Order: sequence, then C-alpha cells, then structure tokens
Amino acid sequence: MPSFLDILTEALGLILSWERALSEIVILSLRVTLTAVVISCVLGLPLGAMVGAFRFPGRGLLTVILNALMGLPPVVVGLMVYLTLSASGPMGALQLLYTPAAMIIAQTILVTPIVAALTKQVVEDLHGEYAEQFASFGLTARDRIAALLWDARYSLLTVALAGFGRAVAEVGAVLIVGGNINHVTRMMTTTIALETSKGNLELALALGLLLLGIAVIVNASVMALRASAVRATYA
Amino acid sequence: MLRRHIFSLTASALLALALPGATAAQDQFIVVQSTTSTQNSGLFEQILPLFQDQTDIEVRVVAVGTGQAIKNAMNGDGDVLFVHAKAAEEAFVAEGHGVERFDVMYNDFVIVGPPSDPAGVAGTRDVVAALTKIAEVQAPFASRGDDSGTHKAELRLWKEVGIDAQAASGGWYRETGSGMGATLNTGAGMGAYILTDRATWIAYGNKGDYQIVVEGDPKMFNQYGIILVNPEKHPTVKAEAGQAFIDWVLSEAGQQAIADYMIEGKQLFFPNAGG
Repeated sequence: MPSFLDILTEALGLILSWERALSEIVILSLRVTLTAVVISCVLGLPLGAMVGAFRFPGRGLLTVILNALMGLPPVVVGLMVYLTLSASGPMGALQLLYTPAAMIIAQTILVTPIVAALTKQVVEDLHGEYAEQFASFGLTARDRIAALLWDARYSLLTVALAGFGRAVAEVGAVLIVGGNINHVTRMMTTTIALETSKGNLELALALGLLLLGIAVIVNASVMALRASAVRATYA
Repeated sequence: MLRRHIFSLTASALLALALPGATAAQDQFIVVQSTTSTQNSGLFEQILPLFQDQTDIEVRVVAVGTGQAIKNAMNGDGDVLFVHAKAAEEAFVAEGHGVERFDVMYNDFVIVGPPSDPAGVAGTRDVVAALTKIAEVQAPFASRGDDSGTHKAELRLWKEVGIDAQAASGGWYRETGSGMGATLNTGAGMGAYILTDRATWIAYGNKGDYQIVVEGDPKMFNQYGIILVNPEKHPTVKAEAGQAFIDWVLSEAGQQAIADYMIEGKQLFFPNAGG
C-alpha cells in the first residue's frame, strides 16, 4: 500500500497528463449539475417561499416532508428514476435512460427539496419582518413571494450553493440512471468510482482533488459575485 | 439597475453553461449491457474503436454485475447483453428475452491471496482442495456477494466443496456486495483470499503484495457470451445495429481484436466463437 503522500504527488502529475479526456468529463459534470441546480431553484425557490410566507392547512406536514426529503439517499432516487425511465417503465418511450437528461432529472429530485426547505427557512424569517408592510400595501400573494425572494437573494445564493454541493458530490443516482458510459454519461464522481474499482487509487484521488478544486472555484465565483452585488447596492 | 443587471447576467451565464449543447449527433448507437470485468480490464477501450471505425455505430457500454446486466436487459434497457454466466444467459434466452446466445471468448478465474498465505494454499491447482483448506482454517475470504458472473462461479465452487460458506458470512466469509475491483480493494485491505477473473487481476492497479495463489483448475474456466435482446419483446431494441455488433465480435476481425488485447505482454481474453 503506497503512502498517502506518494499518492498525492502522483495524483498531481496525473491531473496534468490526463487533461483531454478529463475536460470532457469535467464539462459534462458541470453541465449536468448546474442544469439540475438551476431547475431545482426554479422549482424550489417559489415552493419554499410559499411554504415560508403563507399559513395554510398541511403546512406543518409539508415542512416535515421537505425536510425529510433533504436526506433522500441518492441510490434510491437513482432507482426510482431508473424504473420510471426504463424501457419497460411508464416513461420508457422517451428513451431518456443512459443520457445526461436522466442524470439531470435524478439530481433535480435530489436538490429541489434542499433548495425548498432552506428557502422556506430564510423566507419565513424575513416574512416575519415584512408581514405588516405587505398588509398595508395590500400586495398580492405573487408580489409578496417576488419581494421576499428578491430581498433574500444573497442568502438564497448560499441555498443554491448547498444544492450544488449535494449534486456535484453525488454518485449513486447518476451511476444508475447514466450508466457511466464513456464519452456519454461519465462524470467526475462516476469516474472516481470506476478508477477506484480498477485499483487506480492515484488517479481516483487526483480526480477527487480536481472535483474539490472545481467546487471551490464555483463557490468562490458565486461569493465574489455576491460581494460585488452587495457593494453595488450600498455604493 | 446594476444589481439586476448582475443577476440576469449570472443567470444567463449559468443557463448557457448548463443547457444541453447540441450533442454531436452520432448516426447510430447501441447500448451494451456488460460486466465490470470486461470494462475494468480495459477490453472495450481496445476493441470498440475498431468496430466504430468500420460501421459508424457508436457502442455505449453500461458495465454492471452480470446479475444486474441481465435484469437491465430484461427491462429492455439495452440492445446487446455481453456477460459471463452461461446458465443465466441460457435462461435469459429460454424465457424469450434474448434471441440467441453465442460464445465469444473465455479466460479463467484465479484465487489471489496475501503473501503470508494463512491457509497454505499457494501453488495449489485443485480449487476445491484450496477452498476446503481456506474454510477449515477460517482464513478470511472476500466474496463479491453481488449476483455477478464471478459471484455465481464462486458459489458454484463452494457447492462443489460442500461447504455453506454463506453461513459464515460476516465471520471469515465476507460479502462485499460490490464489483470486482472494489472487492479486490476491500479484500486486500483485510488480508482475505479473493476469487477474481484473470483479466481484471492483470489490469488491476493496486495489487500491493498480493499474488495469484490458485490457478489452472479447469473448474475455473470462465466463458463469455453475447446475446441480442429480443426486439419482439422490446420494440425499442435496435436489432440491426445490435446484430451488426454481435456479427463483428464473432467475426475474424473481432476475434482477432480480442486476442490482440494484452497488458504487460499477457493476453487477457481468448476468443472462442463458433466453438
């Protein structure tokens, strides 16, 4: 068993020497994950805001469900999506199995509850401060949601990043519905799993470090954007 | 409204990156349900480009355990099944899920173990004797435990030994429930004996001080077969392209490509179509 340090040095060399095949995998990973996060935000932000801002029967139950769904095991989601998209499943005719679209669907199911549940919390707190003003302006429900989401936008960026973190690190779901097909559905995490099973621990670790690096870059970009937006607002 | 501007800019940038770009439309592709041993050994990376160059049919390989590959194919999620569990393959065809089964190639299973060789089986040829000894001294043995072709072969061998190894599961007999490579990683980590196909072992990059301890018993023969998923049962099956792939694999060119695949000067698979 080589030492961790040996692996680390070799890993860095491998990242540098493997770039062509790697860029394809990195781009696919980002494409799938970011698409899933964007869709999850489109679905989860309004949903979370509604649950956070309004009182209605079943609200408590919905909150519990959303919170529980944050812990959905990726493999289970993968199986559900597989059974749905399988040629003998209800949506088999779409022929989406083993495509990036299938992976986007699976990750969207994983990420939407996270976005919705965290948005609910953010919006609920904010709504406490705004409720009287809203009432005095006589705003419609739709305007209220829009105003709350807009004013909470900086916190919601962090919410989106939490969703991104979940999606980008996930392997169980995309492995099942994507099939880890070379040049078609091979992502960072599935490549790491594959290289580990081939016993290429150095390469697997190298990819892991790269994945970490990409996550850092995405997070840093969003935070930089946020900082400049904040500066622009208060300048 | 600078801030609005920044946000819409971000949103459009994200979308641009995220929207599925027009994927270079391949003329045609087929999905092959296959096993981890063929993928982990690197065979497909060697032979598929040759086929694709000739026919413009892209071959997309889903590599899972033989058990899962057969289930996936039964659901119609694949055009061709390329696995190694003859009995299960024949059942697959008999139940009408597949058109016909052809022998493609073989290699063999070996048992690898730690240099300390706690059961003293190194150099044994007789696999039944070796497994008996391992069970007697209760030396750790790592099983795939995943209903794969290798797992089925292993269970068959235990049956011949006449020992219910699974009764000791969790003790000296350990089921990893994962692919060949993952089982090698785990098994080597606990100093266990492991039954593996030779191709995966040769290609495996994390051998450490492990070595082959048992090999050469005819009982450890490992036959691979290929089957077209039945288009009458599953209309989405691309019968023509799938058949073209099978024909090529069984042809002289395909068989030669398999024979030519070597790692460190060692041939991994031995073609035997038509045999």
